[in-house]
Amino acid sequence: MGGPETLEGLLTSKEIAIACGSGGVGKTTTAAAMAAMAAVRHRGKVLVLTVDPARRLASALGLGGFGNEEKKVDEEAFKAAGVKPRGELWAAMLDTKQSWDDLVRRHAPDATTRDRILSNPLYQNISGKFVQSHDYIAMERLYEIHTSGDYDLIVVDTPPTRNALDFIEAPRRMADFFSSRLLRLLIAPYRSRMVNLASRPFYQVADRVLGSQFLEDIAEFFILFQTMYAGFVERATAVERLLRDKRTTFVVVSTLEPAPVSEAEFFIQVLTAKRFNLGALVLNKVLPGYLLDEEADELAARLGDEAAELARIEGLASALDTDEEQLTRVLREVAANFRNFATVARREAGMRRDLQVRPQVVATAPELEDDIHDVSGLLGLGELIWG
Amino acid sequence: MVDLLDRRLLFVTGKGGVGKTTISAALAWLAAERGKKTLVCEVDAKGDLADFYETAPTRFEEREVAPRLWAMSMDTEASLKQYLSLQLKIPLVARIGPLAQMFNFVASAAPGVREIVTIGKLCWEVRERHYDLVVVDASAAGHIVGQLAAPQAINQLVQVGLVRQQTGWMLDILGDAATTGLVIVATPAEMPVNETLELIDRVRDETNVVLAGIVVNRVLPELFGRAEEEVFERLERPESREPLEKRLGGSLAPLVEAARLTVTMRRSRAEHLEHLRAEVDPAVPMLYMPYLFFRATGLRATHQIADALSAELGY
Repeated sequence: MGGPETLEGLLTSKEIAIACGSGGVGKTTTAAAMAAMAAVRHRGKVLVLTVDPARRLASALGLGGFGNEEKKVDEEAFKAAGVKPRGELWAAMLDTKQSWDDLVRRHAPDATTRDRILSNPLYQNISGKFVQSHDYIAMERLYEIHTSGDYDLIVVDTPPTRNALDFIEAPRRMADFFSSRLLRLLIAPYRSRMVNLASRPFYQVADRVLGSQFLEDIAEFFILFQTMYAGFVERATAVERLLRDKRTTFVVVSTLEPAPVSEAEFFIQVLTAKRFNLGALVLNKVLPGYLLDEEADELAARLGDEAAELARIEGLASALDTDEEQLTRVLREVAANFRNFATVARREAGMRRDLQVRPQVVATAPELEDDIHDVSGLLGLGELIWG
Repeated sequence: MVDLLDRRLLFVTGKGGVGKTTISAALAWLAAERGKKTLVCEVDAKGDLADFYETAPTRFEEREVAPRLWAMSMDTEASLKQYLSLQLKIPLVARIGPLAQMFNFVASAAPGVREIVTIGKLCWEVRERHYDLVVVDASAAGHIVGQLAAPQAINQLVQVGLVRQQTGWMLDILGDAATTGLVIVATPAEMPVNETLELIDRVRDETNVVLAGIVVNRVLPELFGRAEEEVFERLERPESREPLEKRLGGSLAPLVEAARLTVTMRRSRAEHLEHLRAEVDPAVPMLYMPYLFFRATGLRATHQIADALSAELGY
């Protein structure tokens, strides 16, 4: 087993790992790779809870259709990769709509209210879109699964959000939302039909703009929803407590491109400031180290400048079965290509230095030639970052 | 098909991280350069747009950042106020206490309310002919359908009221293929390509906006033609490049390895591009933008991409 300074050491000492980072940095793949490695190397049950996997990766994990239930990844998938896992790998995809329905079933005070909410047209229309519902429901579902005690490690792939940190605040916001004064203000007239004189203009504008029927629909929906208030707030608080628990760790995933790096920096700052447990930074798609070799860069400069001359070296062109002109072009391309990528690699190295605040574990994976869409691909990536 | 820049309203979308804002900034720059009075609007106010013009942060109030080029960022609250006062002639709206709060509240529950305010402002600029072209750095792929379908959603949810009355003319503008189009930005990798194909289906099924073009960003250069690649393959054998290394006094191994990396990456990416081209209506133009090796922000990047767009559009 690795020490605490490796991803392996980190993950084997935690129960929940939450992968976060901006879009396009390989967050889903990294989460799946970490889970697969944990399942292969250690005894116990590991679950990867994913939001939006690429289709081929999803089918490799046995997540063909929709649905919320966790499925065990077939041993055959590991056999094809030539390994026999010591533990078990499970996978689940997040179905927002179904998760909301489950939540309503759990918190509704009675069967009548439950059915009225579930059949409310507004609810049906919005349960997929309601107040960053993806963010909240992902954390809610994580809580539920963790509480079941079925898994030794749960790796979560966070949903793509406008603000990358929305999801950690989602439980608190959800609780605030249900206790807000505005909610009471908005639904008050539909409850009592008594409109306070001072707030009358407010309703008049609202009615004119949105139409009173629509406001009534909204009000009914919220009145029903409020019946779940107590259970909801309690639950949201528990979810937040779990996210802050010592058993939970955050893994920030990024590439070394400017936009993802600044997002990762922001992430690291906020997680640290808010006292969440920042465990690791995984840098994906990093260019190979030889591109930083200064001697090679100088050599490339000379190769480019002197290409025509070098192509005339006695016997060289004919040994390569070409002529001097074509060889000159090839040499120039080879030189220019190295210099181009050396520029990018130097910029990446600079980005890496700029990432000042660092967690204990920093793991790096190179730009891979092919997209990952099977277990052996996941394990290939996993080996590189594991420790 | 209508020329891309001859439309009046272009929504630019794509998966996070593919360079949506870069392309929006460059498209608007190119249009302005070609004599069109252009407005570019950043919808998810991250503030990145200003960086591409190296200008002060954009605000809701449009500001001229270059000749004929105006920039703004969307602010739904400010937009709502403008909308209420200009279009619905509701007076003193700013004084009505918790308007903004109420709006956020209703918007959080009702899909389309926030979006209609955004779409409404943009369509209004088009209807009033304030600009020749409005380029929208729109929401990322996950949210764009909700945004473009907002008028339909409002029509379904709101049976009466002023908001509903406003959706008709917006739908006319959005649905006119000669006026409005969607540009999807993708990169040559599996996920962006698949998501682009899924998005095309959803846009077709759920909105009335046509697909005006696909921009493939960060395409690696082709290093060698076929015959040249054979020569390169022979150079990969260490003994064959010995005379060169002797003359240069150093190992060429890293250079050869880097070229191999480019060739391989380009090849695997080309497969994704072929897949994309095969699946998309041949009438929809696909524009290929080169991978930029220098720092890909700032005016320099905007110029380079605008030039590449110009070349791809045949100007």
